[in-house]
Amino acid sequence: MSRQALFATAERLLPAITLGLLLAAIFTEQPRAMSYFGLNLLLSLAIPIMFATLAQMMIIAINDLDLSIGSYVSLVACIGSTLLTSQPWLGALALVCGIALYAAVGALIEWRRLPSIVVTLGLSFVWLGLAVTLLPTPGGKAPAWLSGSMRAQPAFAPLPIYFAAVLSLVGWLVVSRSSFGVILRGAGGNARSVARAGWSLLGIRMAVYGMAGLLGTISGLCLLGLTTSGDANLASRYTLVSIASVILGGGSFIGGRVFPVGAVLGAMTLTLAASFLTFMRINADWQIGAQGFILVAVLALRAMLSRGREAA
Amino acid sequence: MKIVLAAALVALGALPAIAADTKDMKIALSNNYAGNSWRQAMLKSWDTVTKQAVSDGVIAEAPAFTTSENQATEQAGQIQNMILQGYNAIVIDAASPTALNGAIRQACDAGIVVVTFDGIATEPCAYRIAVDFKKLGSMQIDFFKSRGLKGNLLEIRGLAGVFVDDEIHSGVESAVKADPDFKIVGSVHGNWTQTVAQKEVAGILPTLPDIVAVATQGGDGFGAAQAFKDAGRKEPVIFMGNRDDELAWWKQQKDANGYVTMSASIAPGSSAFAFWVAQKILAGDKVPQDMTLPITVVTQDNLEEQIKHTEKGSVTNVNYSRQDVSNILAEGQK
Repeated sequence: MSRQALFATAERLLPAITLGLLLAAIFTEQPRAMSYFGLNLLLSLAIPIMFATLAQMMIIAINDLDLSIGSYVSLVACIGSTLLTSQPWLGALALVCGIALYAAVGALIEWRRLPSIVVTLGLSFVWLGLAVTLLPTPGGKAPAWLSGSMRAQPAFAPLPIYFAAVLSLVGWLVVSRSSFGVILRGAGGNARSVARAGWSLLGIRMAVYGMAGLLGTISGLCLLGLTTSGDANLASRYTLVSIASVILGGGSFIGGRVFPVGAVLGAMTLTLAASFLTFMRINADWQIGAQGFILVAVLALRAMLSRGREAA
Repeated sequence: MKIVLAAALVALGALPAIAADTKDMKIALSNNYAGNSWRQAMLKSWDTVTKQAVSDGVIAEAPAFTTSENQATEQAGQIQNMILQGYNAIVIDAASPTALNGAIRQACDAGIVVVTFDGIATEPCAYRIAVDFKKLGSMQIDFFKSRGLKGNLLEIRGLAGVFVDDEIHSGVESAVKADPDFKIVGSVHGNWTQTVAQKEVAGILPTLPDIVAVATQGGDGFGAAQAFKDAGRKEPVIFMGNRDDELAWWKQQKDANGYVTMSASIAPGSSAFAFWVAQKILAGDKVPQDMTLPITVVTQDNLEEQIKHTEKGSVTNVNYSRQDVSNILAEGQK
């Protein structure tokens, strides 16, 4: 293996190595975590974050940024804990409308050439407003099938592991192996040449935003299944967490460089980082800083590896 | 099994009641926010009471954890970590009344005692130590009535859209409605903050007729007093909220011109209350699933005494002892 390939491999493996190191540290600090029960507890809240991260990853792939994903996930949880329980068909319709709205926003951004950051920031207040209207005070109840399925205890490995494996595989097939994936990454890398090759950028953007909406919807439903009832501010931190997870997983803000497997690992890493800091009994005042430090350290390492690859 | 055995030993008189049962057990505090004076005092109370309990051998360990971003999902994760760390009981000041229910259920299923206080959770398996905010509102009107006051009231509310504000307000509103002697002629949002309350009250005062009394929610009384003074108007009876600046002003007025009022709020020592409740449950005592936290009242007679319990920039505090908690619970069951 040439040195260049060695650096490239190391760079690609970085998310997995980070996660492995973190898990090892947690297991030494808290041996009880090294069990079916323990892993389930540690990682169950990573499931909705994985979906939100993949939604964000789709958007980042075409050089946009979605600042509304957190409030959208909260809105879905609010719909799920009210309409979906009382009037299942109306609830399902509301969820489909949400996805359609997401696609429409993609069209608006392409059509009027608007900066996605501004549009989605505005949109985040729309989602929050809708969520507060639906559920003015925290409450509601998740449909029984939803909370039941999120409590499932499958054989061999806990539920979050299955989710991570399936999501990584499907994400990898769609983004890195399918023809849609090629167009997606092409639109992020060089939109003009994709358009010249005869593809409709409007169609691509709508499809991408629609898929992000779908993933955000699943994220909200999973989160609702875990918490069992809704709150308009349930997932507001997901916006930044999802962006950080994509970047931690090897993605870049420009050039259509995204890695679904890395993003899933990144989401798990960020979830575990918080637990690790709690196990270490690090003071809450320092925790945000410590999380930031982990992020910066991993990114610095990645920058070093990528420079090494270019130099080799 | 161990608990049953221990309970049997206690019954036989082989072990002293408190100390032996829970001395190997661990209780954790999961707190969602530490950014105001009340929460700081609350954490300090926890620290004081649990340190003493640990050194007395009542409990093995009782650390406090605060989430860094005041987010429900973050606190749910924190509770799951506590389950793994093997705590026997978790005391929670919850970020959301509902969003932690999943994690709390997991804790209950793992055989952990969950006690929520101040910010309570609706999950049925958790114990709740709630605050009767409605009473905190209605008792103000009752006090004005007992003073023989009649006429126009100004109401200072809290942060719009927050559960606590709605509750206190509805207490005030229903009491006023039931009483033809009082009429609310103005209402502003003071956000439980002295400076905001002062600005808002100063803004609305010129439009108001004579005010005989001001209903408040705590943290806003001193600001209201300042606004009345600046406008050159007669000082009405302002209900206070146990904050150090409010009590200091009241004391000064009392000494100068015999000003009479009353003050009430929730003591940050509620964390200590919750700690003892958790400890009692672990020790096998029977405790009701839903409890109400006593409201700490400062009156004309005990003002000087209570000021001593109020640190600079803080709120009047009570560090509940195990006996206090037993007494309050016994009273509640009558």
